[in-house]
Amino acid sequence: MRVLGIETSCDETGVALYDTEQGLLGHVLHSQVPMHAEYGGVVPELASRDHVRKVVPLARKLLADSGVTLDSIDGVAYTAGPGLVGALLVGAAVGRSLAFALGVPAVAVNHMEGHLLAPMLESDPPEFPFVALLVSGGHTQLVQVEGVGRYRMLGQSLDDAAGEAFDKTAKLIGLGYPGGPALARAAERGDVSRFRFPRPMTDRPGLDFSFSGLKTFALNTIHQHRDDPNAGADVAAAFQLAVVETLAIKCRRALQQTGLTRLVVAGGVSANVHLRERLERLAEDQGGRVYYPRPELCTDNGAMIAYAGALRLQAGQHEPLSFTARPRWPMDELSPL
Amino acid sequence: MKLIALETATEACSAALYSDGETLERYSVQPRGHADLILGMVDELLSEAGLRLRELDALAFGRGPGAFTGVRIAVGVIQGLAFGADLPVVPVSTLQALAQGAFREQGHGRVLAAIDARMGEVYWGAFTEGPSGLLEPAGEEGVFRPEAVPLPTGSDWFGAGSGWNTYPKVLARHPGRDILHDGERLPRARDIAALAIPMIERGEGLPAEKALPVYLRDQVVRKPA
Ligand SMILES: Nc1ncnc2c1ncn2[C@@H]1O[C@H](COP(=O)(O)OP(=O)(O)O)[C@@H](O)[C@H]1O
Ligand SMILES: [Mg+2]
Repeated sequence: MRVLGIETSCDETGVALYDTEQGLLGHVLHSQVPMHAEYGGVVPELASRDHVRKVVPLARKLLADSGVTLDSIDGVAYTAGPGLVGALLVGAAVGRSLAFALGVPAVAVNHMEGHLLAPMLESDPPEFPFVALLVSGGHTQLVQVEGVGRYRMLGQSLDDAAGEAFDKTAKLIGLGYPGGPALARAAERGDVSRFRFPRPMTDRPGLDFSFSGLKTFALNTIHQHRDDPNAGADVAAAFQLAVVETLAIKCRRALQQTGLTRLVVAGGVSANVHLRERLERLAEDQGGRVYYPRPELCTDNGAMIAYAGALRLQAGQHEPLSFTARPRWPMDELSPL
Repeated sequence: MKLIALETATEACSAALYSDGETLERYSVQPRGHADLILGMVDELLSEAGLRLRELDALAFGRGPGAFTGVRIAVGVIQGLAFGADLPVVPVSTLQALAQGAFREQGHGRVLAAIDARMGEVYWGAFTEGPSGLLEPAGEEGVFRPEAVPLPTGSDWFGAGSGWNTYPKVLARHPGRDILHDGERLPRARDIAALAIPMIERGEGLPAEKALPVYLRDQVVRKPA
């Protein structure tokens, strides 16, 4: 079964082709990040306006690059949530209607399920069951994964997502947008031992997160050292260490609590080199292993949507002649395959 | 000539199928229901006419102005249909379709179309009857504060659209007289279809990715200082 996947939930337009026999045939992406950078964050209306200009040209390019014709497509998958409602509607409208025109089924895919299953696209995929850490600009979640659609939420952020905390703290330090990669770069120049940031919510049991306090701590620290030109880099290093340690502590707890050994990490923050190194060490200590998607599939992309959609279409799932955007769509509401 | 037209820029959601002189239409006023309704309407029209999508000559859509998300529903659906069935697309002004409706149903040949644009403004356009029995633009469309709309000179203008409902006093006051109007009128797909036919005949069809909205309001965000 060959599936075209469309992703438009936030600030990247992604289109991809996944074939259940041949694997990923291709994926193309257009990032709006430079466009939103001027405003210091994603402007929803501008995001929608850009998606509607990009989806079809990207799909044409994808087909040409991969030498695939539209009539060989057996299904269309599109992200229906969670995300920005106007942005989601663009991909849903195009995807659902394209499937109708081709006379093939369409399926609405949960963006977080896409992230969670992205490591399955690699040559050495994890086996079920595993623990997944989803860390992006919008989400921080620990999920116990028994199979496709069989997700148990172990913990999540009560306030800012990890990526959001990176972005906001980067802004406080005076780094550009998006702040995650910029802060990680600044941290390399910093002295990680100069400041000590708290590890929020690690002093009590449970697997929930809270990152908004780190941002306040960063603000106060910067304020106290505002005449010191090195303070920014030192704060970046200490902040990054605090986030990485906090995530690692909760991941260890999650593995111990579930008795599982495989850890899957996905979402934009999983591009962070220190986080990767720390989690590798952790998994080794626990006698397990960490699995990541390749870096380009860590952030938003069409490939993960095509893949998740293909699994659901193959299981016979499909949409009626209508489409919906679900800005909030908890993963534990998904049906098991 | 066979075509399907969609209009979803206002509270009204409609689809029309024109086939060699006959028009079938589905029309529903259901704010926020457009994404649920529109493809089902298309499917019903095709079944009723006994046609397949690929047997059509073109697709037409209301390209706005109107509610941003509403306009993008028609645009997204048209892009998907046109891409999948390899059909040309024709964008038609939602304001012009609104005016055309007032002409078709009430015989008004000089129409001032106004759609409430929120934020204290209206989308505005003037249209007059042309030789072909269709209304044609008599000036540029724009988004204006109601007291600043460019009222054309001459008499016998008729007002149509939600803008006239929201600002009846300001808009209807023409120097010397009041303008009659129908503030309940909504744009419909059958008028999109009628306006699209000559465009398709002139070979003005575009590829799927050129089916794009015309928002008129382009200042949607202020840059940080
Ligand atoms: N190297 C990095 N270190 C830390 N955070 C990063 C890094 N690279 C990207 N990020 C963060 O990842 C987030 C974007 O990830 P993505 O999965 O696209 O999120 P979303 O879909 O929620 O917008 C941003 O918050 C960004 O700052
Ligand atoms: Mg994401």
